[in-house]
Amino acid sequence: MYAVNEKGFYGDFGGAFIPEMLYGNVEELRNCYLDILTEDSFQNEFHSLLRDYVGRPTPLFFAERLSVHYGAQIYLKREDLCHTGAHKINNAIGQILLARRMGKQRIIAETGAGQHGVATATVCALMGMECVIYMGAIDIQRQSANVARMKMLGAKVVPVYSGSSTLKDATNEAIRDWINHSEDTHYIIGSVVGPHPYPDLVARLQAVISAEIKVQLQEACGNALPDYVVACVGGGSNAAGAFFHFLDEPEVKLIAAEAAGHGIDTDKTAATTFRGSAGVIHGSMTLLMQDQFGQIVEPHSISAGLDYPGIGPMHSFLNASGRAKFYAVTDQEALDAGYFVSRMEGIIPALETAHAFACLDKMKFETSDVIVVNVSGRGDKDLPTYIEHFKNIEE
Amino acid sequence: MTHSKLSSLFDSNKKILSIYMMAGYPSLEDTIPIMEALQDSGVDMIEIGMPYSDPLADGPVIQRAGTQALNNGMNPDVLFRQLESVRGRIHIPLILMGYFNNVLQFGVERFCKKAADLGISGLILPDLPFDLYLSQYREMMESYGLSFIPLLTPQTSDERIRLMDDYTNGFLYAVSASATTGAQTSFPKQTLEYFDRLKSLSLKNPVIVGFGISESEHINQVYSRLQGVIIGSAFIRSVKGSMDLRKDVEEFVRGLIGG
Ligand SMILES: Cc1ncc(COP(=O)(O)O)c(C=O)c1O
Repeated sequence: MYAVNEKGFYGDFGGAFIPEMLYGNVEELRNCYLDILTEDSFQNEFHSLLRDYVGRPTPLFFAERLSVHYGAQIYLKREDLCHTGAHKINNAIGQILLARRMGKQRIIAETGAGQHGVATATVCALMGMECVIYMGAIDIQRQSANVARMKMLGAKVVPVYSGSSTLKDATNEAIRDWINHSEDTHYIIGSVVGPHPYPDLVARLQAVISAEIKVQLQEACGNALPDYVVACVGGGSNAAGAFFHFLDEPEVKLIAAEAAGHGIDTDKTAATTFRGSAGVIHGSMTLLMQDQFGQIVEPHSISAGLDYPGIGPMHSFLNASGRAKFYAVTDQEALDAGYFVSRMEGIIPALETAHAFACLDKMKFETSDVIVVNVSGRGDKDLPTYIEHFKNIEE
Repeated sequence: MTHSKLSSLFDSNKKILSIYMMAGYPSLEDTIPIMEALQDSGVDMIEIGMPYSDPLADGPVIQRAGTQALNNGMNPDVLFRQLESVRGRIHIPLILMGYFNNVLQFGVERFCKKAADLGISGLILPDLPFDLYLSQYREMMESYGLSFIPLLTPQTSDERIRLMDDYTNGFLYAVSASATTGAQTSFPKQTLEYFDRLKSLSLKNPVIVGFGISESEHINQVYSRLQGVIIGSAFIRSVKGSMDLRKDVEEFVRGLIGG
């Protein structure tokens, strides 16, 4: 019921709003992605790389001190322990195997914080494929460590100066590259965004997260279904993966954390479900932040991975249908949650993930409630931001 | 006959020179002077680009012009006001080209009605997929007498081209290569073969070629095969920083068609 329909829509959201120049590429992908994903040889290769290279299954950890603090049973799905430090690699591995089966030799991707860029550069190195990463000129300055990682891995990092020089512009530029290199290139999009079939493709590749949660939870507490699954939403890929196998289990409540930036009443925010409206961004009909004329406006979040003016069409539908509940978490609340979780569990979460943790403060639980928080990534990349923020507190 | 301007232009069997300009560029109030200069220089048709924050299908020259136009304060309300003021003075067909989200937020039907009232002949919306046009907007656009102009590329199959030809009534916009807009130096052999293929399909609608046309040689290569050309990036470059728009526009056009 929450799956994409054959026209590529989730309710009113989704579709492929693309210029004719992309029609061939997208059609090719649409025609083959399900066949390839369900081939035994693909599944075998995908899962053996997830196991031996990424380090899956990632643990489901019972967070005892957090559980006591919140008066509930809190489990952490440890995507932060994936190779390269976030869930992004699950999608990158799957898509590069797909690209190889489609006979593509060249890989392009967009990146904001650099996590998806690093994941893509990593799998390209692994497969010996040419890799070009588009990154906003401003993000290149903000995320120099990840830029260095991508270069060390052999990727070419192309700065994007158009528009506002951030993630949305990097995505535009990657799409333009794809238009100009339609024959030999596959575009590994980094979230459940873009024209159909990308949102469905990325969701299916990230679905390994909820498949594992079910098995692990069954083992840990004798019931595969938690009461809540909590995840942050930038474009929405880690949330899509964590929600996927629970979508049709109505007793599992799905909680999505969006970045409120300075607050949903300010113009420095990325809380798309609160401040956005339906429109077309990057080839998809979905909620996005725009002005009255339909010009896409620049979002703000302290977390580069959530600093995107839209959300995937699947999430727009989960929001509209009430299947998922969305919370808006400010920069300050996320920083505080990141700090708190570090002290409570010895896990420094990515700033994106810290938004998911901050939701726990906004929710009310019964002691018997089982909550799974998807720890989408680790906080190493965010240390400069955390340090800057806590300088004053420490002294 | 509802599409009188376009159809009488094409009925003359003349080869068409069409120019793409950016509304509100280089300055906000340059839209009308440029349109008048283009008409006076003998241009047959004008595509008026509406600036968008995220123009996926455009190359760097048009992107930058669009950003400038947005910074100048261009938006559909302003553009419609400008077009209102020039009513009756521009006789050549006008086509609006823009991204779907701008039209969607304006209200698709409201936009079409407004455009039709102002004498616009057609719309180019590169990111409105053809099947969606067919299922949701075709009837409405036709009721306002607006032609939907589909894009086609070297990768577009004959079957799909015929579908587009059957269900539209303005012209087909053949993108010279599967690429974003921008200038190339000359048409390679496979592009000429693509033009020949389009010619051999004997379509109902005229085929006009755009993207990557900057030299009179390109134009001759197209004219010997198809009905016309659209020139965008090269024109935008010629008015960038212009001190005398009328003179620069005239010189640009003369340079293309000989004078
Ligand atoms: C650790 C982490 N979590 C979440 C995100 C947001 O992406 P998505 O919403 O697609 O999961 C990112 C993106 O960079 C990330 O690095």
